[in-house]
Amino acid sequence: MPRLNSKEDLKALRRKIVAKRDLNKPYITLCSGTACHATGSDAVATAIQEELEKQDLTEEVGLRRTGCHGFCERGPIIIIYPAEICYLNVTPEDVPEIISKTIKGKEIIERLLYTDSSTGERMVHEQDIPFYKYQTRLVFSGNLWVDPTNIEDYIALGGYRGLAKALHEMTPEEVLAEVKSANLRGRGGGGFPAGRKWETTRNAPGEPKYVIVNCDEGDPGAYMDRSIMEGNPHRVLEGLTIAAYAIGASQGFIYVRQEYPLAVSNLAIALEQAKEYGFLGEDILGSGFKFDVVVHRGAGAFVSGESSALMNAIEGKVGEPRPKYIHTSESGVWDKPSNLNNVETYAIVPLILEKGADWFTSIGTEGSKGTKIFSLVGTVNNTGLVEVPMGTTLRDIIYKIGGGIRDGKKFKGVQTGGPSGGIIPEQYLDSPVDFDELTKLGSMMGSGGMIVMDEDTCIVDLARYFVDFLCEESCGKCVPCREGLKRMREILNDIVAGKGKEGDIALLEEIATVMKKASLCALGTTAANPALSTIRYFRDEYEAHITERRCPALVCKALISYYIEPEKCIACLLCAKNCPEDAIEGEKKMIHVIDQSKCIKCGICFDVCPPKAGAVTKISGKPVPPPIPEAARKIERGKGKG
Amino acid sequence: MAEIDMRKVDEIIGRYKGEEGVLIQLLLDLQSEFNWISPEAIARISEQMRIPKSQIYRIATFYKAMSLKPVGRHIIQVCLGTACQVRGAPKILDRVEENLKIKEGATTSDMRFTLKRVNCLGCCAMGPVIVVDGTYHGKITPSMVEDILEQYE
Repeated sequence: MPRLNSKEDLKALRRKIVAKRDLNKPYITLCSGTACHATGSDAVATAIQEELEKQDLTEEVGLRRTGCHGFCERGPIIIIYPAEICYLNVTPEDVPEIISKTIKGKEIIERLLYTDSSTGERMVHEQDIPFYKYQTRLVFSGNLWVDPTNIEDYIALGGYRGLAKALHEMTPEEVLAEVKSANLRGRGGGGFPAGRKWETTRNAPGEPKYVIVNCDEGDPGAYMDRSIMEGNPHRVLEGLTIAAYAIGASQGFIYVRQEYPLAVSNLAIALEQAKEYGFLGEDILGSGFKFDVVVHRGAGAFVSGESSALMNAIEGKVGEPRPKYIHTSESGVWDKPSNLNNVETYAIVPLILEKGADWFTSIGTEGSKGTKIFSLVGTVNNTGLVEVPMGTTLRDIIYKIGGGIRDGKKFKGVQTGGPSGGIIPEQYLDSPVDFDELTKLGSMMGSGGMIVMDEDTCIVDLARYFVDFLCEESCGKCVPCREGLKRMREILNDIVAGKGKEGDIALLEEIATVMKKASLCALGTTAANPALSTIRYFRDEYEAHITERRCPALVCKALISYYIEPEKCIACLLCAKNCPEDAIEGEKKMIHVIDQSKCIKCGICFDVCPPKAGAVTKISGKPVPPPIPEAARKIERGKGKG
Repeated sequence: MAEIDMRKVDEIIGRYKGEEGVLIQLLLDLQSEFNWISPEAIARISEQMRIPKSQIYRIATFYKAMSLKPVGRHIIQVCLGTACQVRGAPKILDRVEENLKIKEGATTSDMRFTLKRVNCLGCCAMGPVIVVDGTYHGKITPSMVEDILEQYE
């Protein structure tokens, strides 16, 4: 492929690619993000390839492996064009039937379709499935069609048009003005206006200037950046190059977590192709603008996602934050002006350039424009990546798109903003989700993790989990964060171990306040959020642990006991056989009894007890009934009780 | 004990020689090649790259992806990210620990397994997740643990 030297070259190439493609030709796209890899997308791809060869259809039928479609719960997902038939949970065994029936016979295989659990209705097209129906997929749309290793797929969808427009029709100042008037706020956490950040870097003295993509995504429970980088890396590269042009940078860095191997390799391929086609390197698209990109792999440290820490890591140093009174936009990598945004932020930029700031500001709320991708996970029915306009309510996201809580359980809270965010309880489910509303609720947007919890989640244990996580990840440079987290961890460990004292809650709040005021970086100042927000909304659970020695969610090992209800036991021996401590006495036709002195509370008996019996229960806050006398243990009910 | 081929170490150092700010990338390459970073390798980097050993140790102990201890033939990562956590990952970790009779971070005495606890592998929709030698096992229940481990000798 000769490199493109003008806007017209790009247009001509796109026309050529599109003309080559026959839209009526049967085409199979197969979702191949990491989650689908994990559920066997590779094996499905091989099976499709083999079956096409076997049935001599390799010429007539195309296969494209795309990025993540978002509905990871039901992957691998295939879509068959032109009819756009969507099959979920596809296995290699399904493939011969799909090729013979659907591709050749134009017949739909009912069992592979989505079935609405409430109405029983089957849905043929992806956009009819409630999980997708209520979404507005702008940033994520390319993932459905693009093979991330093929730049022509991206160009066919209009890729790099935004860059061509910026370079050939606009001055850097005009690009900057466009992004500023779009009021694009950073999607990585803080929600700082990207245009203003760009402007600061542009105006800061010092050369060269750098632009950086943060794909460190350390927030547990969030994976939208990974899916964009894996599934549509050119969109990020295009956004980054536009930013570089607006800022006046000639060097970019992309910092990707080592834990995302597929993102690293797809990105490397994309970089090579972008260079070959003339979207990177010298004289981009014949405009005279020059820009290069280097990839840095992150070595696993949550704090390295903090902008100044990340810049230290790029320099090859320990990823510790720098004092915040020096802005990285003025003095960042190698003390040069450096602009850092996250993956999703850059991925939005080409859309703004192409469709204009007015279009972008028509979506979203007053203070938060555009769409946001959330990773909707936890104990919700439909988990996956969800893109909705800013301002969509939590209830719509969790119930309409997410399909509500699993196993008919009760909703307890939703964690937004990662470990530094907060947990929002049921009474705020109708709040619109945007940067400012979430902050008002004591949480934050963060990078868009949304972890749903049901009644079986112990809030105190969860707060302890977050504090424990942050404690491990605190770099230790400043005292309030390092010591504050340790003390909080001690107190929370005591509370879940049944050793909580009166005054513990007040002490947690006091430590949290100091950390908020005195820590060096955003990790430290927000590290107290999980404890503070849970105390704010779930104080009664803390009190139950401390004063009643009771865990309302029946989770904290030290506060619960396992007990077999004699009248429900069917003497099936399952629990007794599986107990690792031999703590369950029981024989055939004899009611089983747990020896409390031997029980380690592993919960295996609870898990294996047949649901029709449901004899093993958890007790908290009250004494375990004494074991029934041996003489009364014989079951006289004959086989198959009830 | 995993043998470290010093020629391979030299080759990796060669990729970065003379460049600035490359220590993390170099150590990551060593880590993916050998699954750990040996004292000999650190001495060699120090000598060749003119970087004090103390600085190399500072980096290697700061970042989670780097290991200064040899690891087993198979590496098990149990995800304890928030999404997996609320779907029962702690019980999975308990079961793996019980099964292998080691705690997270340790290696079995026969060098068969090294057990690591990780904070989010980014496939939250399939949680709880464990990864063995790069192969993902999703929607795990405690009773599945033994069968999975048995696949690895």
